[in-house]
Amino acid sequence: MIRGVKGSLLAAVSLAFAGCAATGASSGTDTKSASDEPAAVAAKPVKFNKDPYPSTYKGYPTRLTVVKGVTIFDGEGGRIDNGSIVMSSGKVDRVGGSDMELPTDADVIDGTGKYLTPGVIDIHSHLGDYPSPSVDAHSDGNEATGPITAEVWSEHSVWPQDPGFTRALTNGGITTLEILPGSANLMGGRSVVLKNVPSRTVQGMKFPGAPYGLKMACGENPKRVYGAKGRMPSTRMGNMAVDRQTWAKAAAYKKKLDEGKAVDRDLAMETLAGVLSGEILVQNHCYRADEMAQVIDMSHEFGYKVSAFHHAVEAYKIADLLKKEGICAAMWADWWGFKMEAYDAVPENIALMYKEGACTIVHSDDANQIQRLNQEAAKALAAGRRMGMQISDEQAWTWLGINPARAIGLADKIGSLKPGKMADVVLWNGNPFSVYTRPEKVWIDGALMFDAKDPKRRPVTDFELGQPGEGDVK
Amino acid sequence: MIRAFLLSAAALAALPAAAQDVAIVNAKLVIGDGSAPIEGGSVIIRGGKVFAAGDGVAVPAGMERIDAQGKWVTPGIVAAFSRVGLTEVDAVSGTNDRSAGRSRFSAGLDIAPALNPMGSPVAVNRAAGITRAIVAPESSSNLFAGQGAVVDLADDMDMVTKPRALQFVAFGEAGSAKAGGSRAATFLLFREQLLAARSFARNPATLAEWGNDAMIQRADAEALVRVIDGTTPLFVRVDRAADILNVIKLKGEFPALKLVLVGVTEGWLVAREIAAAKAPVLVSPLSDLPDSFERLGATQSNAGRLKAAGVDVSVGVFDDDDAHKMGYTTQYAGNLVGLARVPGASGLTWDQAFASISSAPARAVGLEGSIGSLRPGRVGDVVIWDNDPLELGSRPTGVWIDGKAQSLTTRQDRLRDRYATPAEGALPKAYDR
Repeated sequence: MIRGVKGSLLAAVSLAFAGCAATGASSGTDTKSASDEPAAVAAKPVKFNKDPYPSTYKGYPTRLTVVKGVTIFDGEGGRIDNGSIVMSSGKVDRVGGSDMELPTDADVIDGTGKYLTPGVIDIHSHLGDYPSPSVDAHSDGNEATGPITAEVWSEHSVWPQDPGFTRALTNGGITTLEILPGSANLMGGRSVVLKNVPSRTVQGMKFPGAPYGLKMACGENPKRVYGAKGRMPSTRMGNMAVDRQTWAKAAAYKKKLDEGKAVDRDLAMETLAGVLSGEILVQNHCYRADEMAQVIDMSHEFGYKVSAFHHAVEAYKIADLLKKEGICAAMWADWWGFKMEAYDAVPENIALMYKEGACTIVHSDDANQIQRLNQEAAKALAAGRRMGMQISDEQAWTWLGINPARAIGLADKIGSLKPGKMADVVLWNGNPFSVYTRPEKVWIDGALMFDAKDPKRRPVTDFELGQPGEGDVK
Repeated sequence: MIRAFLLSAAALAALPAAAQDVAIVNAKLVIGDGSAPIEGGSVIIRGGKVFAAGDGVAVPAGMERIDAQGKWVTPGIVAAFSRVGLTEVDAVSGTNDRSAGRSRFSAGLDIAPALNPMGSPVAVNRAAGITRAIVAPESSSNLFAGQGAVVDLADDMDMVTKPRALQFVAFGEAGSAKAGGSRAATFLLFREQLLAARSFARNPATLAEWGNDAMIQRADAEALVRVIDGTTPLFVRVDRAADILNVIKLKGEFPALKLVLVGVTEGWLVAREIAAAKAPVLVSPLSDLPDSFERLGATQSNAGRLKAAGVDVSVGVFDDDDAHKMGYTTQYAGNLVGLARVPGASGLTWDQAFASISSAPARAVGLEGSIGSLRPGRVGDVVIWDNDPLELGSRPTGVWIDGKAQSLTTRQDRLRDRYATPAEGALPKAYDR
């Protein structure tokens, strides 16, 4: 997680930045404004392209495929023993028990002793923006030149040749990730949702139709970064003041848009207006319970919704409030102590959120841990069970399945193995909550993108070509 | 239920810890030396040390007897390379004694007085089954970081098992940044400082003669003399294959050096040479990203390939949170067992994996005879686990250090219990404890 940074201060800074990102995704086509309300007065409605960097991802060739005799966690809390799945034309065709009728012309994989899950979703990643090798020339995750940079889009920093993407695929079964700007800024910019496929361009990875997100951050990072530069914010009250002033400006901008009045293009305001109209989802880095409560009030003050608090190490202190507000928490299993706002972390955080009935997510924020989010979930699950909670394996898989899909607005497309959903599927060589288990095959939109038994289905990035260990197991 | 458990744990913790003679019987017993677990095994701790362990061990009459009910019983885990005890909150500088960037001293620094046995990371790591740790300072502005220690994680004020147990130095990119900007400068500075130390050893007056031109301070020279003569193992952070070979070559000029290679990300490319040099290695085994140009060959198969080549491999948690999350040690070792099932990959057997986090790091730091296994005469560091210790979520149910039963309650447990139900009752949470 520290990515080779040795000095503790540097490590803390890097962690701090790592701790936050924003999400964004483009949706829709050209429309007249951020609102669907007709402009009553304006003769010429404002038009701008909401999807100027469109996804070119199409999905790779598929075969009619059956996995049978396998234990299935469906991602919504369901489990099928001795189950089967049919994948057809990139979609989940059907999922059922041993009595389900199977096509006769399919590739059939015997899943005996193995487990099948939806592809893992990580809603907090900086892959591509802080790629490997982590040299200065690649440090593209924080536009730390001002506390409000809602105008930047993380996709414009993503280097698709980051070897981290392929590691996340082959070791972690990651099929979808949200790439966030860092957490130096109060409003760090838009996030982007990617399919975890190798591509020449980021457009070739972009998840078609995914909503954009806005990365926000509260707490230590923004006030430290800008306080050190002798400018606002240097305190937590400064954080809130700059945020509120910005939201007030955004509300005025949106009002003009809604009224069809002419406005100068303002990329930051366009993003914030998108948040206020509900098209863009707020992904808010925040550690402390009291600060999350402040952010919630701020969202009420200006009329937007926080989709998920990220890191949320004190979510357990306000799990009731988060449930009431319908806000997800995306959390680590056991990170703690690296900075003051992470001091009260407890290993039961994730399980306590789940017990409260709140939307519970396991995230990585880390190029290494993204390769074993299943293991992080397993640790959190074990901590809950030690407290006496009855949580099944299949229920815990919602933390990697439907819940992260919900937080990025894609619950209708991914996150569970339901007929008609994208066939993003992992076949594990054992129970994925065991330390001894690894992905055996990974499909994205029904295309086999990794096969542990076939070195030709092991992607090698441009960066690794011709280098020591090219094409090696990693 | 939870409350009742906590109260009893708190009551236990209040008792003064004293070495107690105890026999743990009916265990799935792991010795830690690479041998297979023994079903129905027993371990007898007497006078704070392992008296006997194995099957068919007779329990002396009158000795306290604990029935492990078939559960796993192992030596305590030895964290191979850590900063536990040196920091409470990394980003709060007053609590952070990892490095001394503005000190005029380097190799002479001794971390022993910086250790805080009452820090919460000690308790949290102990509750994860870590009983000993090799603790090294971080290098900052100087080439040599200073002298690390071997420590125990017991709930008492005496943390140091062996002070000045190692000297730490970083080569590669980190070393060149400190030495003046190139690897050439690193090797020259290293050599000149050792030669200066040697001159000092032969004639202490030389330092005074050199005056302000001295390459080295007296305290640093004294520490380096112990490195040159092999008294203090030299832990060298090095990752690039070519750098590893050049570090091994240092033994040509300084033949008594006891090299321990740390990191060794590209070690598998030069595994035979490392084995021939008989240099133990400490690896962070899941590092598989080319996150710098000195780690292009990174792969999780590194540990398995090194082991297969005959290298003495220890598994540690570094390049990660090396003060707070030593509990990852068992998880990382378990991953290597899982890796052995992946086509084309190299991992470890379970027995090898456990040895890599117990007896192997003890051997690397020269303490194989006293810590890291349940062979007779070793310290009485014993853990009873609720499940396979390398499996995710397994936790100790009992920990003994030097034969003393340890508290497993942490500050995190207290927070968890306070907020088991987040809504406040009649009074604020501050009254709930």
